[in-house]
Amino acid sequence: MTTTTASAEAPGAHDDHGSHHVLPLWLLLGTWAALMALTLLTVGSSQFDLGAFDLPIAMGIATVKAMLVLMIFMHLGFDKGFHSLLIFGSLLFVFLFVSFVLIDRGQYQPSITAMDQQKLMQGN
Amino acid sequence: MSDAHGHGDKPFLAHHFEDEDHQFDAGKLGIWAFLVTEVLFFSGLFCAYAIYRSMHPDVFQFAANALDTKWGAINTAVLILSSLTAAWAVRNAQLGQKGLLCLNLFVTILCAFGFMGIKYQEYSHKFHYGIYPGKDNFAPMEGAFGDYKAEKVAFVVPGDDSTQDGEAAASGGAGEEAHAGDDHAAGDEGHEVLVKWDDPNIDPILKDKLKIFFGIYYCMTGLHGIHVLLGILVFMWLLSRAMRGHFTPTYYGPIDYAALYWHLVDLIWIYLFPLLYLIN
Repeated sequence: MTTTTASAEAPGAHDDHGSHHVLPLWLLLGTWAALMALTLLTVGSSQFDLGAFDLPIAMGIATVKAMLVLMIFMHLGFDKGFHSLLIFGSLLFVFLFVSFVLIDRGQYQPSITAMDQQKLMQGN
Repeated sequence: MSDAHGHGDKPFLAHHFEDEDHQFDAGKLGIWAFLVTEVLFFSGLFCAYAIYRSMHPDVFQFAANALDTKWGAINTAVLILSSLTAAWAVRNAQLGQKGLLCLNLFVTILCAFGFMGIKYQEYSHKFHYGIYPGKDNFAPMEGAFGDYKAEKVAFVVPGDDSTQDGEAAASGGAGEEAHAGDDHAAGDEGHEVLVKWDDPNIDPILKDKLKIFFGIYYCMTGLHGIHVLLGILVFMWLLSRAMRGHFTPTYYGPIDYAALYWHLVDLIWIYLFPLLYLIN
């Protein structure tokens, strides 16, 4: 696509690689309404004691909201796949980072606590 | 960018790009790479949160009482609205709707100020009750945790035999008295120690750990707030350019990039809200 056609054509009329996809207004407003509804849902569900399911449910709702923002507001659903690869790749590494640190803590925290207590008893 | 370096009738097309699409795609790749670094940047704080919540779930459960769910939810709604107007502004720029573009950018800025205003209220409320950032400035007063009274709250923290010995060695008579109320039999498999929030003889190492919720709260919301402030500056710059008519359907990159940044800031808040405000 050359510069001349880009400026001559109506914007969004050509959609070869998705760079200039114009989101319809109903989709923007619908996404906003869905995000608001999910916010109310997560606040509502936090009023009940769901025991061990509290955190997974709250995180699940947050993830649905995050996907709506990423896919629609941030155009990822209509954009080049490479941008999705970048951002979801970063989330994969965040997952690895947090999991490995949690595993490490589970392994070594008991000995750290014991060392702390030993120091305390020695009067430090 | 001077005219000599531009492409004639396209004043914002840098000379090293072939055409406006080339420039747009390069910028888009750049902003996504930046957003990746932002995600990794925040992940350190989310990691700290995960560690300390898994270590002291009862501390998190209790300390979250100091946060007002109502204001957190209102701030979530404010940010989601600003995300809508930012996404709408991109559409306006793509369609060349100058008036609506300026309006949407303006509403986005307004929401960002609203968010910071509510944040200011929340922070002052905590300062008022003696909860400050920094581990040495922590002195919660009565009322800081809503209906809970600070002197009546005690945590059950897991310990072992050595922990209990350490506790006894470190704490004086008052501390032992507090522990005397411990309803856990000494012979239990995993010993649990009852610790009062404002016990003056509390094990200092343990006390640091109890304070950590607010350390994490201030760091996460503070770093997020700095991003909102930067977003305000960026959107003000964009609004001034939009009013001067700089943006056209073939040149709207800056609007798109700023909106992407703004959505990421919204995204981080979407996770912060349930993690900090909705612990029950």
